[in-house]
Amino acid sequence: MAGREHTDREYEHELRQLREQLLVMGSHVESIIGDSIQALLERDSKLAERTIAADKVVNRMEVELDGLCLQILARRQPVASDLRFITLVLKVVTDLERIADLGVNICERVLELNAEPQLKPYVDIPHMGREAQSMLREVLDAFVAKDAERARKVIDRDEVVDALYAQVFRELLTFMMESAHNVYRATRLQSIAKYLERMADHTTNLAEMVIFMVDGQDVRHLTSREEPGTNDPRREHN
Amino acid sequence: MATLLDESLTGSLAVRQLSVYYGDKKALGPVTMTIPGRQVTALIGPSGCGKSTFLRSLNRMNEMIPGCRVEGVVKLDEESIYGPGVDAVAVRRRIGMVFQRSNPFPKSIYDNVAYGLRLGGMKDRSELGGRVERALKHAALWEEVKDRLNESALGLSGGQQQRLCIARALAVEPDVLLMDEPASALDPIATAHIEELIHELARDYTVVIVTHNMQQAARVSHNTAFFYMGDLIEFDTTQTIFTKPTQSRTEDYITGRFG
Repeated sequence: MAGREHTDREYEHELRQLREQLLVMGSHVESIIGDSIQALLERDSKLAERTIAADKVVNRMEVELDGLCLQILARRQPVASDLRFITLVLKVVTDLERIADLGVNICERVLELNAEPQLKPYVDIPHMGREAQSMLREVLDAFVAKDAERARKVIDRDEVVDALYAQVFRELLTFMMESAHNVYRATRLQSIAKYLERMADHTTNLAEMVIFMVDGQDVRHLTSREEPGTNDPRREHN
Repeated sequence: MATLLDESLTGSLAVRQLSVYYGDKKALGPVTMTIPGRQVTALIGPSGCGKSTFLRSLNRMNEMIPGCRVEGVVKLDEESIYGPGVDAVAVRRRIGMVFQRSNPFPKSIYDNVAYGLRLGGMKDRSELGGRVERALKHAALWEEVKDRLNESALGLSGGQQQRLCIARALAVEPDVLLMDEPASALDPIATAHIEELIHELARDYTVVIVTHNMQQAARVSHNTAFFYMGDLIEFDTTQTIFTKPTQSRTEDYITGRFG
């Protein structure tokens, strides 16, 4: 988004509305992550059920934001930073919705776990949860501030979550090897850790999109490509 | 400023330090850019930014305006069009122009297209006939008019008249076709025909088009140049200009944040 406002105020209003709605959706998703982890830690089935219900709001917002993007695309033919912003929103809502779904999956596992005694004290899983939640908050802040550098730092944090997941997985394996009675609960906890790890992956996608919106630079899958800018359109003309 | 694409293609226009004055007032420049051959280059910018002045200076049309003075160099394939002893009429034969409002002569369709050829001294009937047919085919008008070549050109629709003017410009077999808002007076269907034609023309001709319609520039051109207050602000591939322009003034203009 360029710094100045559009000459057409209605268009400016539509873009602002899109930006604000996206942030509202993001904050809903952030709450779902926090609540799902709290439901796990406090063995709170009611909170788990409320969190599952809260996902409906996120689903509705995804549909509404998609609609708004299509409307702007059809009526305004956005270009340059506006175009990058609209395409960003179209993709971001999908990742946000998936993160919320993973939060719902955590709550479903919590309900199953709450029917059994607690297997072990939870240390690394809440750590993963806090990390996933804070990464999402940071991406949304980077989006608001149009700060590509901040978004890049979020991408680096994905490794921390991956490492925590590997640690949780090894630990749960030892529980499962110890006794077959542990398998039911350990596999549920392992699923929860996996959901959190996936949340961080989706958040990394969001960070990449923010970088694209700000810099116009596509940083996805860089290790499997030559370098940024290899899709230089001028090559078409040579 | 981002510039230049493939300069090796024939029909390229090398513009170096080009300035245009109306009396004492400088209207444009200095502009330096190379318009690639056999591609479509769009010139965009707000009214009065100098894009039409720039277009007209590419085939010495500005000389017809009293008090207009041009400095700098324009070369078509290394040949200076402002060089000493270069005939302006000969330049305009190689660098044709199509205007905003179609302006067919009150003559038959055939005579309109043959006009420039006859002016150039061509008399042979079969040669004339062949050139007229080829030009009309190039302008995607042949199928619609082949059975009524002797009817008045003024009986054609607006879109057909504009394509006739393109055929008239093509008949003398130019290298470059300059177009000043060629579709601004046409309905969407006639506009689509002209835009499709521009695509086709770029196979054989260098096309430079001035347009106020940003979507049209995005649709038809390979490269886009943005002019503002008589200066060339940015020149790059159309894809870059419309997705990731480097200059904030370009960004402000194309996204509608001007003024």
